[in-house]
Amino acid sequence: MSASGPPIGILAELTHRCPLQCSYCSNPLELLKANRELGTQEWLSIFQQAAELGVLQVHLSGGEPTLRPDLIEFVAALSARGIYTNLITAGVGVRDGLMDELAQAGLDHVQLSFQGALPETTETVGNHRGAHQKKLNTAHRVRDAGLPLTLNAPIHRKNIAEVERFIEMALELGAERLEIANIQYYGWALLNRQALMPERDDVMRVAALIETAQHELRGTLAIDFVAPDYYARFPKPCMGGWARDAFMIAPNGDAMPCHAAASIPHLAFENAAQTPLAQIWENSAAFNAYRGFDWMKEPCRSCERREIDFGGCRCQAMLLAGDASATDPACSKSPMHDRILELAIRDSSNGAAEVTYRRIGVFD
Amino acid sequence: MTPLDAARPLAKADSAPRLPRHVRLHFDQIRGAWALLSPEKVLWPDEVSLSILKLCDGRRSIAEICGELAIQYEADVDEIQTDVLAFAQDWSDRMVLRL
Ligand code: SF4
Ligand code: SF4
Repeated sequence: MSASGPPIGILAELTHRCPLQCSYCSNPLELLKANRELGTQEWLSIFQQAAELGVLQVHLSGGEPTLRPDLIEFVAALSARGIYTNLITAGVGVRDGLMDELAQAGLDHVQLSFQGALPETTETVGNHRGAHQKKLNTAHRVRDAGLPLTLNAPIHRKNIAEVERFIEMALELGAERLEIANIQYYGWALLNRQALMPERDDVMRVAALIETAQHELRGTLAIDFVAPDYYARFPKPCMGGWARDAFMIAPNGDAMPCHAAASIPHLAFENAAQTPLAQIWENSAAFNAYRGFDWMKEPCRSCERREIDFGGCRCQAMLLAGDASATDPACSKSPMHDRILELAIRDSSNGAAEVTYRRIGVFD
Repeated sequence: MTPLDAARPLAKADSAPRLPRHVRLHFDQIRGAWALLSPEKVLWPDEVSLSILKLCDGRRSIAEICGELAIQYEADVDEIQTDVLAFAQDWSDRMVLRL
């Protein structure tokens, strides 16, 4: 199966370097050091190719993208081509004046993560003293620069009690959007799942609370909620379908259908600094592997939801069912589903508190 | 949390809607279509939505927008106003339009 049209979005992970060490980080365990990152010209060439290919939206992420001194140049180049630029930052160590310069360069939107709604939580989860205050300062600078703001609240057992406070904080900071996303268990989050999996009752309570808030705050604050799929009935439509309208590029230039795709061992990825982007999008064997519906097995193949969730996440099928073309075990129609639920319930109630913090060089 | 329903912006004939800062209308040369770009999604407004959105410049009121649309579509202005008010309310609730 080949591409049905041009891609809409790219997640550009400019670097794996980050001042924080979040135990839920979705980056891979083998983090790339600075010397493996693409250079300025390589990214600029990729972004020009992206524009020509029809990409409309680029998410500049990491690691911490503001560690790249060429970030402003990237935003300017993308915005000159009319591409919507979204900066995904942890907001720690952002230098004075950067937000203003990014705004002038044409940045469209900032997504700022908070590891907790309370300072202690933010500091413990990210393992960084003073992180909360630094993030608040960044939020104010974003507003002062006239940029729109989404607060990003990645939820797990250590902060699920703070959801109400997250909503208040988003309102206080004048954010347009709040993303309350239960973390996905890949990479570091998978490693630390025992300490991070929330209890089912808490998830249900939070889901109800958010539904009320979404209704009450309509027109004032948009709240997006991502439920934890281990407890769900149906899986998430991962990446809106494998290589269907978005993909990601790792700091070293590897182009992948999603950020966990490297967990599928038989896939080989092209490098966007070496292979033209259009060629990757059309011909990459990894991109074509799970495009469309031909690769599907039962129960997905004949399921009426297959155009809604595309059979869920290929990486989760690989990690939990040992077969990347299996039905995502998060789906209640998967024969593995009960085991996944049991696993979540067990992890959520085991009382584990110790985590391995995300650091470059722990798994080389 | 205290109910904040009171803060919900309501679409009225004298509201002057505009796109919020995080939403941008963009003509995509490659697909030959107008796209509404927002942080998470790209929307492809249909012809009617597009002709409304293009008039949402923060200066024209909904009443004025309806007047222009009535001429453009040779339709009854009151009927159009009902539709446009519903459209504006829905889009405002979803934060893709500011009233
Ligand atoms: S999740 Fe935490 S450690 Fe990972 S990139 Fe984001 S801020 Fe850095
Ligand atoms: S069986 Fe497959 S297509 Fe159907 S809901 Fe489950 S994951 Fe989705």
